[in-house]
Amino acid sequence: MLTLENVMIRQGDFTLGADLSIDAGARVAVIGPSGAGKSTLLALIAGFFAPDSGRIVWNGRDMTGDAPGARPVAMVFQDNNLFPHMTVAENVGLGLRPDLRLGPEEKARVEEALGRVGLGGYDGRKPAALSGGQQSRAALARVLVQDRPFVLLDEPFAALGPALKAEMLDLLQEVLETTGAGLLMVSHDPDDARRIAPQTILVADGRADAPMPTDALLDDPPPVLRAYLG
Amino acid sequence: MAGRAFQVRRWPGGVAAGLVAMLILGTLLAVALRAEAGRGLGPSDWAAIRFTLWQAVLSSTLSVMLAVPVARALARRAFWGRRLVIAFLGAPFILPVIVAVLGLLSVFGRGGILNVALRFVGLPEVTVYGLHGVVLAHVFFNLPLATRLILQAWQEIPAERFRLAAQLGFGARDMARVIERPMLRRVVPLAAAVIFALCISSFTVALTLGGGPRATTVELAIYEAFHFEFDLGRAALLALVQIVLVGVAAVLALRASVAEGFGAGMDRVVTRWDSGGLRQISLDFGVIVAASLFLLVPILMVVVEGAAGLWRMPVQVWSAAGVSLAVALVSTAIMLVLALPIAIAAAAWRGFEAVGLLGIAASPLVVGVGLFIVIFPIADPFTLALPITALVNAVMALPFALRILVGPVRDVVAGYGRLSATLGIGGWAWLRLILLPRLRGPLGFAAGLTAALSMGDLGVIALFADAETATLPLQMYRLMGSYQMEAAAGAAVLLLGLSFGLFWVFDRGGRNHVDA
Amino acid sequence: MVCPRTCSARRILEDTMKYLAFAAGTLLATAALAETPVLTVYTYDSFVADWGPGPQIEAAFEETCGCDLKFVGAGDGAALLARIKLEGARSEADVVLGLDTNLSGAAAQAGLFAPHGQRVVPDMPNPFGAAGAWDDPLFLPYDWGYFAFVYDKTKLTDVPTSFDALAASDVKIVIQDPRSSTPGLGLLLWIKEQYGDEAAALWEGLADNVVTVTKGWSEAYGLFLEGEADMVLSYTTSPAYHIVAEGDTSKAAAAFPSHYMQIEVAGKLARSDQSELADQFLTFMTTDAFQAIIPTTNWMYPAFAPKGALPDGFAAPIGAEQARLIPADDVASIREEALAEWLAVLSK
Repeated sequence: MLTLENVMIRQGDFTLGADLSIDAGARVAVIGPSGAGKSTLLALIAGFFAPDSGRIVWNGRDMTGDAPGARPVAMVFQDNNLFPHMTVAENVGLGLRPDLRLGPEEKARVEEALGRVGLGGYDGRKPAALSGGQQSRAALARVLVQDRPFVLLDEPFAALGPALKAEMLDLLQEVLETTGAGLLMVSHDPDDARRIAPQTILVADGRADAPMPTDALLDDPPPVLRAYLG
Repeated sequence: MAGRAFQVRRWPGGVAAGLVAMLILGTLLAVALRAEAGRGLGPSDWAAIRFTLWQAVLSSTLSVMLAVPVARALARRAFWGRRLVIAFLGAPFILPVIVAVLGLLSVFGRGGILNVALRFVGLPEVTVYGLHGVVLAHVFFNLPLATRLILQAWQEIPAERFRLAAQLGFGARDMARVIERPMLRRVVPLAAAVIFALCISSFTVALTLGGGPRATTVELAIYEAFHFEFDLGRAALLALVQIVLVGVAAVLALRASVAEGFGAGMDRVVTRWDSGGLRQISLDFGVIVAASLFLLVPILMVVVEGAAGLWRMPVQVWSAAGVSLAVALVSTAIMLVLALPIAIAAAAWRGFEAVGLLGIAASPLVVGVGLFIVIFPIADPFTLALPITALVNAVMALPFALRILVGPVRDVVAGYGRLSATLGIGGWAWLRLILLPRLRGPLGFAAGLTAALSMGDLGVIALFADAETATLPLQMYRLMGSYQMEAAAGAAVLLLGLSFGLFWVFDRGGRNHVDA
Repeated sequence: MVCPRTCSARRILEDTMKYLAFAAGTLLATAALAETPVLTVYTYDSFVADWGPGPQIEAAFEETCGCDLKFVGAGDGAALLARIKLEGARSEADVVLGLDTNLSGAAAQAGLFAPHGQRVVPDMPNPFGAAGAWDDPLFLPYDWGYFAFVYDKTKLTDVPTSFDALAASDVKIVIQDPRSSTPGLGLLLWIKEQYGDEAAALWEGLADNVVTVTKGWSEAYGLFLEGEADMVLSYTTSPAYHIVAEGDTSKAAAAFPSHYMQIEVAGKLARSDQSELADQFLTFMTTDAFQAIIPTTNWMYPAFAPKGALPDGFAAPIGAEQARLIPADDVASIREEALAEWLAVLSK
């Protein structure tokens, strides 16, 4: 279980408070108006920001001060998920060993993960030689080898077309089923949330609420969310 | 903000910046303590100060005055070879000064082609020694720099303004008054200030074309006090004077950065509707041709005269070339070891960049004299001539290297910092896998620049070298001094080739295999 | 440099070793490794040049000494003294060859030289005493000459015959810096000796004739040969070089009412670790084996006339009564005043 205990962060005028828990393996969407702090919430969990007060606890262990790479999370960003000077296999391999000194067994795992996301045979290519969808697949292959308890996605696949995005969400679902990982995904699109996340965290008015059932929330949104969804 | 997006290590940068500051400020302190201020400045010292200022004023004024028409012509004319001309304007930065001096002598010297022509038509001859020669050489080096700075400002004028001007039916005069003159009023003083600062601490030009009490710069006077009279007290006093001069000039030039002269984006020609008549067009091309000849002919003369001498060079030239190559490579390595950590630290805190300014404000001879004072009680400075040269060259190239590196390092941290952090890539792995590969281009450029500058430098080595130790520029200077002009021309071609070759190899090496 | 072709490979190897050592950051004690004793002689650049006396003298001395004679060029004569002072006790030099009597007083004051302990009778004019007298305890002469302005007979027809005539003319001259070069210092003293308190006024007149002031003799002479000036400060024996070495009779030295002498000397450093070898070299310097090499390599008069006639162009250009020289002990005080005047006038 991932718990944010009375977490509070201030950045100038902006504040965000969160006091909530997410079950292991839960799939949760994060929605809310622009600038409300959705990305900040993910950044707090990923370790890019330190909270001004409160604790972030994973399965009873305080991880508030841990470095980003030491946390039980894998992350997929909106863009810049791959280092352009490295091959696809190297980019995926970074998920196993950050110094990239991979043994034969680890190399085989990279290969296998690439096969799983439909990039078999692409291991020697550089990201520039891949399409947008293939780049996303490569990022997911890395999530696969990282095998962390939680996957954080900050508006993933936003640059992809609707059909391609749906394909990626399905692939993401497969990946999550394989690793049994939980999901925390920032999205602008309520359909994404319905498609993949049974639960949703609403971030608005300087607060991140506890997760609640997605369908219920979207069917009868509170005023602030209604204004955002239009 | 409580951000800790990606923690770059600051302490190595701190250590490197500290070393650089210690070297520059420490030598300044050594010089200041040793200076015999009580003795005051003699008439010849004041003459050196006057000459230094006067030649710098003349050189910078002439350079920018001549650069304005060249930049205007390049800004408003599109022609085949324009990119080549602009690229060539960047070349003097890495052209060894002594090579240029030899080229200028073969054109403007008493036996040079210009005077032969003047004699032929019965006109009085021109002399290339003293103030004339010093200013001529400085204009040769700084006209391209001024042109690049002004051209850049010209091209930063939004195309829409020219469209508006065309719509309003502006003539050339209106155009100048409304659009061009305000731009020039802003950029010309900046360009002049930068060139003034460069000319204040020019040494090789004064050493070769100046000379005698009438044409001695302060930098040269330091060398003379040190080398002719071993008067450390006076050398140190002059060094203090030089620190003040260079410091004031650096403050003047602070707002304009030297490295901006390399800036990209000068390839495009702004579409204009005032291209004017045949007179203006021929004027523009006349200006471009004249400037190109002024810059090209001396270099071509060196190559033509030197190609024959290449096979007649004494063996010392070849061994000096080896020494220079080694010094240039070591210098480049030192620069990288210093610049990379400082650039990384500067990505976190801009203050680290300030150490680069120290390098601009310090003159090689002042640092050299300071090092001599510091080293002398402990060891023989002459046996350390080459390591000292490599070190000082690296520190002198540091400001340029930092200008090139800091931006790209910041981009890598900003663009890939979070991804690196979330994957737990840090320390050496980050340096090896992420930063260095991403930085290949700028690193190659900075290394090429440093290697070429070090290869062509004749400064500190002139203070410390004994007869058996010589870098290629020094060996060439000695050959010129002993009237072996053919061998000197050969050495010049070798030096030219090595300087540009080193730059090319590093710059190319950096640009190859760069993806996305 | 004695054998540029055959030795070049060895030299390159040596140089390679040299900067490999440097690159590794280690300092090799080169001298300590050698088995044969090394005698290090600091001298001026043109002495060690391929065409200078250095290579022949090195070969001649090494035949007899069982040692390695190493000439080190350290700029022009005056810079040589600065260099010795600069290095002080740390100097590797055993002998300094190439100072002149205008500098030997200052060199003696520096306290770095040891007495040579020899009694010699040189063959040269002595403007202030009996011919052949030599009483300097620290330095021995090896050659001498008269300073003179050299010109090209085919180009300059109206040749000035005195400093006043030169100052009044628009003849262009190249001179050397008295702070770095012995000819430059010689000219300074020549004019000071002749004009006394009027020297500054004469320099005022000469200032517009001076094309440039060079650091050393070689540069000045090179500029003259390049055609950058009509006359160059050199020696009465310089035309002999062109006659003997090039068969060119166009060069001549302008005769002035008096000519300042230069007596070039050598001395042994007190700190030398090869004291006996240094003595041996100084003795060798006064013998025919050394002296015979001087005229056609250094283009000066040998201090101890060797057997055999001097080459063409070495006939005495002036009578001994025209020779001028300031005693070594008096130079220091005169030099300072003259230099201040010179700097003040020429820096205007």
